[in-house]
Amino acid sequence: MNRIIELFQKQSANNLNVYYTAGFPNVSDTLPILVSLQEAGADLVEIGMPYSDPVADGETIQQSNQQALENGMTVRLLFEQLQEMRANVTIPVLLMGYINPVIQFGIEDFCKKCAEVGVDGLILPDMPMDVYLNEYKAIFESYGLVNIFLVTPQTSESRIRQIDSVSDGFIYTVSSASVTGSQSGVSDNMETYFEQINAMNLRNPRLIGFGIKDQKTFTMACRYANGAIIGSAFIRMLQKSGFHPNDVKAFIGSIKANKPTEVDV
Amino acid sequence: METLEKSSTFQVDKNGYYGLFGGAFIPEMLYPNVEELRNTYLSIIEQPDFQRDFNHLLKNYVGRPTPLYLAPRLSEKYGTTVYLKREDLCHTGAHKINNTIGQILLAQRLGKKRIVAETGAGQHGVATATVCALMGVECIVYMGEHDIERQAPNVARMKMLGAEVRAATCGSKTLKDATNEAMRHWINNPVDTHYIIGSVVGPHPYPDMVARFQSVISAEIKTQLLEQTGNANPDYVVACVGGGSNAAGAFFHYLDDTDVQLIAVEAAGKGVDTGFSAATTALGNAGVLHGSRTLLMQTEDGQVVEPYSISAGLDYPGIGPVHAHLYQTGRAKFLSATDDEAVQAAFELAKIEGIIPALETAHALAILDRLGAGAHEVVVVNLSGRGDKDLATFMKYID
Repeated sequence: MNRIIELFQKQSANNLNVYYTAGFPNVSDTLPILVSLQEAGADLVEIGMPYSDPVADGETIQQSNQQALENGMTVRLLFEQLQEMRANVTIPVLLMGYINPVIQFGIEDFCKKCAEVGVDGLILPDMPMDVYLNEYKAIFESYGLVNIFLVTPQTSESRIRQIDSVSDGFIYTVSSASVTGSQSGVSDNMETYFEQINAMNLRNPRLIGFGIKDQKTFTMACRYANGAIIGSAFIRMLQKSGFHPNDVKAFIGSIKANKPTEVDV
Repeated sequence: METLEKSSTFQVDKNGYYGLFGGAFIPEMLYPNVEELRNTYLSIIEQPDFQRDFNHLLKNYVGRPTPLYLAPRLSEKYGTTVYLKREDLCHTGAHKINNTIGQILLAQRLGKKRIVAETGAGQHGVATATVCALMGVECIVYMGEHDIERQAPNVARMKMLGAEVRAATCGSKTLKDATNEAMRHWINNPVDTHYIIGSVVGPHPYPDMVARFQSVISAEIKTQLLEQTGNANPDYVVACVGGGSNAAGAFFHYLDDTDVQLIAVEAAGKGVDTGFSAATTALGNAGVLHGSRTLLMQTEDGQVVEPYSISAGLDYPGIGPVHAHLYQTGRAKFLSATDDEAVQAAFELAKIEGIIPALETAHALAILDRLGAGAHEVVVVNLSGRGDKDLATFMKYID
């Protein structure tokens, strides 16, 4: 079974998904960061494929993308770095990125590589649903990959239901109208929006992302969904002090501090 | 603007594609805005009151119809008959305002309170700031930090017109980054803001919407050429292509008239193979840029390459999806002109016709010597803008 689907069947609450950019802060950090995130207690991980023009991202992730590209990161190199990841990594792994580099790599070749190294799902925010359904879905499925769609506070109920019907894995619930990392905290009207989605009884689990940065926002998001996604806050930590496994452990520990299973915070 | 409904393999299809190119490759955050436009743009621009306001402003504010001028000395020099479509005589000095007038009227009807735009050389920024001043609407223009330094007079014009100019400081700090920033601004302000894209690029319906607003250019050429020669169709229509809005407008009503050869001229920069070029069809391949599937200049890894041209208006790594389709089907012929050829063509037009063209436009003029047009043939060159903004560059070539 796909590891993402399996995770949500086993554990329906408090799932922490961490985003980081491949090849950042150093080109060789990709796999070590993944391993340390698993050891620190992340439930699933989203590895960002850097892109020159990340329109949905705020400054923090723009900078990590730019630095990773300057470090020489490419899609091809990422697959090389992840070649042996399943020797150590058991948690679900997603690749997140913009569609152009994937098209250049070749959709079929890309999916084949994902399956080969043990990637479980893809998040390609600028891939239109009609293109996915008409051109890519069959290919994704033949390689056992789930595709994750985003919904936002402006997404209509009928579209949310349509997204739910074509999704597997989980639905990425964007907390507010914004690019990544550009806001602080979670407001009251967001909670109303989360409650509205809850009331829709969707068939897919949901993770809330954008604006999740600490234990407080993570706990709040977990009240309304099956977990949450942290990206920019983690990248800022890496920007500030570089990659050290103990820092990753402390960071993840601080986010999940309320979880009874979590020790050694 | 006349009725534009026609069945054509070169117009956008119902799904927003031109053959393989086009579509709306946008993050979900932009989906509701783009969907609103997609569902309403045709019905709004076909409304009689929209048409009335649009035509009124084009006539009395922009100064349309712009002349179609038979250039006698240019014709003599190239041994053919050359007409110049004088878009340089539009208010603000270029064709860009045809589109911004249309989009501001559309934004008003959608109830939008603020406008955001991107600009490279500043021409689209000035045209946007102008219509915002005209309508009393708040205007934010993103411009690459690098371009702000290079294009100081246009920055001053935008500010005098009341716009806020914001620097795009990420990436290469030029037009593509300004476009990214404008899109991010729209993501952050989805409800009250309309994004006025300046070219036939971006997600559907932008390429079609901008082409329709610019189509007034070819509608007028047809009428004027018929009056002046007895035939509405020339043998060639020539236009420069960055994103391609002036070319899209000049080609629009000729797309199905296959007796008319459409010539698109890209910026070769220092030469197509020098690594300093913006000739997208020569150097690019298919991919996704700024929300549409099109031809773009990119690395093997799919990273967008920063182009180069002496002309900031042609300094864009892609072309609109309609042009990608015209290139791929062979309906339009794509040529390119180098920086030096463009500058030479600008000086030539100034000296023999008394018209200083924009550097962008000069690329279109630069291919007249290799067009091979015969003595009895008719060539229309779209003179998309005037060259006052480029004087600092031209001055370097004087002596």
